[in-house]
Amino acid sequence: MRPMILHSLFYFLALLSASVVATSSQADTLTVEMAYVSWTPDPGPIMSNVIPEPSDAGLQGAQLAVVDNNSTGRFLKHDYQLLIASESELPATLDAARGLHAQGVRLFVTNLPSQALAELAKEFGTDSLLINAGSYDDALRTDQCLANVLHTLPSRAMLTDALAQFLKVRKLTRWLLISGPTADDIAYAAALKRSAKRFGHKVVAEKVWSFDTDLRRTAQAEVPLFTQTVEYDVVVVADERGDFGEYIPYNTWYPRPVAGTQGLTPLGWHKVVETYGAAQLQKRFEQQAGRWMNSLDFAAWLGIRTFGAAVTTLNSADAAAITALSLSDKLPLDGFKGRKLSYRTWNGQLRQPIPLVQPRALVSNSPQEGFLHPQTDLDTLGFDQPESQCRLL
Amino acid sequence: MYKKNSATYALLSHRPSTRRFRIALLAGALLTSAFSLTALAETAYVTNEKDNTVSVIDLNSMQVVETIDVGLRPRGILLSSDNKLLYICASDSDRVQIIDLATRKIIKELPSGADPEQFALHNNDRWLYISNEDDALVTVVDVETSEVLAQIDVGVEPEGMGVSPDGKWAVNTSETSNMLHWIDTNTNTLVDNTLVDQRPRHVEFSKDSRLLWASAEIGGTVKIVDVASKDVTHTINFAIKGIHPDRIQPVGVKLSDDGRYAFVALGPANHVAVVDAKTYEVLEYILVGRRVWHMAFNTDQSRLLTTNGVSGDVSVIDVDSLKAVNTVKVGRYPWGVVVTP
Repeated sequence: MRPMILHSLFYFLALLSASVVATSSQADTLTVEMAYVSWTPDPGPIMSNVIPEPSDAGLQGAQLAVVDNNSTGRFLKHDYQLLIASESELPATLDAARGLHAQGVRLFVTNLPSQALAELAKEFGTDSLLINAGSYDDALRTDQCLANVLHTLPSRAMLTDALAQFLKVRKLTRWLLISGPTADDIAYAAALKRSAKRFGHKVVAEKVWSFDTDLRRTAQAEVPLFTQTVEYDVVVVADERGDFGEYIPYNTWYPRPVAGTQGLTPLGWHKVVETYGAAQLQKRFEQQAGRWMNSLDFAAWLGIRTFGAAVTTLNSADAAAITALSLSDKLPLDGFKGRKLSYRTWNGQLRQPIPLVQPRALVSNSPQEGFLHPQTDLDTLGFDQPESQCRLL
Repeated sequence: MYKKNSATYALLSHRPSTRRFRIALLAGALLTSAFSLTALAETAYVTNEKDNTVSVIDLNSMQVVETIDVGLRPRGILLSSDNKLLYICASDSDRVQIIDLATRKIIKELPSGADPEQFALHNNDRWLYISNEDDALVTVVDVETSEVLAQIDVGVEPEGMGVSPDGKWAVNTSETSNMLHWIDTNTNTLVDNTLVDQRPRHVEFSKDSRLLWASAEIGGTVKIVDVASKDVTHTINFAIKGIHPDRIQPVGVKLSDDGRYAFVALGPANHVAVVDAKTYEVLEYILVGRRVWHMAFNTDQSRLLTTNGVSGDVSVIDVDSLKAVNTVKVGRYPWGVVVTP
């Protein structure tokens, strides 16, 4: 515990000295107000509830990024402040966000369902910039184009493309697809099917999970029979809330690997990502939050860091200027993934490598070698320009 | 890549200084025992980040002759000016270790602040400037008294550390703030900052202390900074046919004493760039092992050693021909290297 206390003390002192610098030269300090807007729907009862998900996913990432921004900002007289709009009900959360907008806040990072995000984006208009760090929705990247929204969270299509490339490399091309009943599960299953077609896989059998038994006791009896279909190379699972998917591995009729939302999982971020300096980000995060950093934290962190990188470059917090810089190739944004990160000009999606992980190790990183693209191999993941109707730029 | 008998190779070398040295060495070998020959040989020390060891390479035989156990996650490595002491950043042990090279034993451990990564020794041989990656600090330690002289706030993830040969400036790079932080060594306070490209990893002063070379790993550039004005005067870009620009990630920089070359290690591009140190033109790209990070010259600068993290080896470049001539297998994830006469 001692080193932890020392670390927090150092941080506290660093923050203290930062705030002293800010107040002593308030006259020419640029204050950058950013809001984090968060509301997550109740996922309902979940069978696989042994290891709970953190309730502050996303928020902790945003808070860490503010500390990171300020550590650069204090040398440049930029003072970053995070305001939070998060209530137990969606309407109250959106009202809180509207209140911040009325106060003059123009930079937002959101962890909201896609409809709520679209609603706010339309209301706030193009003098605001919203960064989506909460919705994987493919529609936001293909036909529901929002001119003042960027996405740091990968789309479902990016995740499933990352997985499909790896399965292609491993020659696991015959898939049994099992999906859950929720809208999110259906969307993930649709993304898997798109990726299968795109990379030459075949969904040889498809099943929908509709059981309501407690699989913690009966998975060994239920799942083998459920997965007794024509022969497959791999089982791909679409169970975003983690209801039944955790019980599929090791219980399949054929002894085959499991991938998708469980088993081998494509993610924006995970504890096992440690190369390219990621170990330092993970350490900083764990010291602050007392838990591991996940994809929502990372997306929120990237959102606030995007504002920081842009303000550092522009010496201005103007949302339209930040949007323009973000959609150019001049935004100096690093995300510890070993590649320069940039936003796609057509739909504002952040290009990024996707780690494929099992619970305690990194298995691979996509794009896989050999999947070529005329511009950048990062655009082999998700919706490429000709596949999207969006033209933000 | 091919192997050559190193003694033969030295005799074929065009550099007179090398030849004289080697002839003296061979003559010495005729007169004295094999044991003293070993003692005369140049030696390289390599930190192995994932093995918690230092590999000792005999540069005559190009073999690892000893492996020294050190603290956890050894990264930064440097020598005292008399080449008698070896300093190691044991990052996960949160300390700097000092190895006496006569006995190859750890003789002292210095407080370093948390997670020391890179460091630089002032030319007074006493003040050690250490970047504390996790705490956004530079810690200054007196290596004789083990006293912490100062802790200086810098940007997020301080990494590269350099002290100017004239002793006036200590410069730290912060990887996430994308800055060079200028510390006045008289007062040990931060006096200026220079914004550079993304993830600045390493700084190297010119011999006359007038220019600073700063690499940016994700930015893919090396910036030349005028020390007097602290302004960037040149930006060097790199391009290798068949390698995606994203994979060209400059890290280590070494300048030859004759002012002719700068060598830049390009990380996962698996090449070392050779730059004309006067015109800043990139002359050549030398293929080495995988994920090349840091480098060191041998004594007469006829050889350049590179640490290749992913392939777990050290490449040896012949500076005359600008070719990699040897590969030495070391521990897992070699990070840094130094050479003693």
